[in-house]
Amino acid sequence: MSWKYLCKRLLIFLVTILVAATLNFLVPRLTPQDPITAVLGAMASKGIVLSDSESVVQMYTEAFGLDQPVIVQYFKYLGNIFFRFDFGYSISYYPSKVLPIILNALPWTMGLLLIGNLVAFLIGNLLGALCAWKKTPRFFRGFIYILMPFSTIPYYVLALLLMYLLAILNPIFPISGATTAGAAGGLNWAHLQDLAIHAVLPILSVALSLIGFWALSMRGIMSTVLGEDYLTYAQARGLRSGRIFYHYGIKNAVLPQYTAFAIDLGKIMCGSVLVEILFNYPGVGYVLYNALRTADYFVMQGVIMFIIFTVALATLIMDLIYPKLDPRIQYD
Amino acid sequence: MTILKKIYQLQRRMPTLIPGILLILVIALPGSLFKPALNMDLTMLDGSRINIAPCEEFPLGTQSEGKDILTLLFIGSWVTLKIGLIAGFIGIGLGTALGLISGYFGGKTDTIISTVVDIGMTIPPLAIMILIAASVQNISITGMGVIVSVTAWMQPTRIIRAQMLSLKERNYVQLARISNVSNLEIIFREIMPNLLPFLASTFVNAVSTAILSSIGLEVLGLGPSSSMSLGSTIYFSTYYSAMWRGMWWWWLPPIVVIVLIFVALFLISLALDELGNPKLKRM
Repeated sequence: MSWKYLCKRLLIFLVTILVAATLNFLVPRLTPQDPITAVLGAMASKGIVLSDSESVVQMYTEAFGLDQPVIVQYFKYLGNIFFRFDFGYSISYYPSKVLPIILNALPWTMGLLLIGNLVAFLIGNLLGALCAWKKTPRFFRGFIYILMPFSTIPYYVLALLLMYLLAILNPIFPISGATTAGAAGGLNWAHLQDLAIHAVLPILSVALSLIGFWALSMRGIMSTVLGEDYLTYAQARGLRSGRIFYHYGIKNAVLPQYTAFAIDLGKIMCGSVLVEILFNYPGVGYVLYNALRTADYFVMQGVIMFIIFTVALATLIMDLIYPKLDPRIQYD
Repeated sequence: MTILKKIYQLQRRMPTLIPGILLILVIALPGSLFKPALNMDLTMLDGSRINIAPCEEFPLGTQSEGKDILTLLFIGSWVTLKIGLIAGFIGIGLGTALGLISGYFGGKTDTIISTVVDIGMTIPPLAIMILIAASVQNISITGMGVIVSVTAWMQPTRIIRAQMLSLKERNYVQLARISNVSNLEIIFREIMPNLLPFLASTFVNAVSTAILSSIGLEVLGLGPSSSMSLGSTIYFSTYYSAMWRGMWWWWLPPIVVIVLIFVALFLISLALDELGNPKLKRM
């Protein structure tokens, strides 16, 4: 990997963040009201009245220089975000700041996303590969047609169906939350069990719709790989079919899937936001939902900025790692 | 007779096209063409008929504000499809224009457009839409379509650009260029007709992406203010915890319709993909 590529990739990352920050700054200002009055007005219309709204307005006007020209405000905003990671204050939880609220929720989202995606990626790719493999029993290969509709159903719809089937009709799993209300925390077996059982349905709704997606594309790639000459040669050498399947087939076919994963990262992240909301799972998505419900504009902006930042960073890392996974890839 | 024969031929060539289109029509017609036949009073707030389970008068029951679910469903299906179509048209229009320019002229223009698309694709679509939808008050249905289209143009731009890059090197295009045919004429006379199948399948995909995002926004409570779309119905059903209260007739029907819409679009795009890429059939 050349320095030129590295620099170009870093530049794109920075520009992405800059564009996102600029949009975050501009969009609310396109409405005629000044942001803080608009926020308080929106809150009032939702029936939320602040006791010390005067002091909030004054604090905000000073902290963000709302009485200064727009261009000064803009650079102040950028400075706050880039150098101090300061997304401002939450209005409904004033004087608590936005960043700690997001960071508190982050572990839940990370857990949900990591486990859900890992499970989906492993099972989906294995299923897809098996469906393209000629020695797989016929009935098993038909399995893919059952998975197909799952890949077209949106996350949140699947989440609602799972909730109804497994939490209400047959109450096997809890319907919402991440822990039983009032349960003692701590690192003990009962608590871990409680965490796990609450996470099953959200993870399942993230994973199920992705399994179909991965399986379908893996089947396509695997059938191309199986037609390659080196595979015929491997068979001619009399290698065991398990070895051919794994070392010659999957290992080559899975590479484009990593790229697809990097491209879809943003979609995956947004999907989990909706799943969290439906299950009242206390992650970043839930913070966003509460912010939207209470018109807590600065928390909403913070969450969105945070999501964009995380996705851009993850894409950057994946792009830089990819040449290590696939030595045939050369960037210039 | 010839029409029947044509339909038969079409059915043999693309077996999933006609079922897909029929399904979409069945979903769209009640709320659009037959809207005058609907009793719109049933979508108004009415305290005298709340939470009624399905019965003869209300085939799918009513919800906690006294609105008739079946009527909501008819109207909402068309609203949702309309948002998808508006966004799809904007997305494909903008995407085609940018893709054609970028792919045909190349050079600096291409670099700029491609970089913008690259950057745009790393930004999660829902994030930007939430930002806009939360800042705008009283969103109309058209407005919703425009908001959702913000992210529907990038994929078409990429696909059309890639096609353009390969098409412009074909012999007949080269020939046209040597014969001193103008750029515009080459693009519209020689290249466009070959792009049509791709445009069709890209359009269907754009509509489906747009519907997915619009319902996502509505489930968050950021839908159009008329609040009669399918996503808004789901939003209000969770808002009033309909599922918890056993009111399946409130939350299940919109979900079924959403799934049917996606299945229908999937069937149509499957058929169009085959039209654009006949090699797929052999797989």
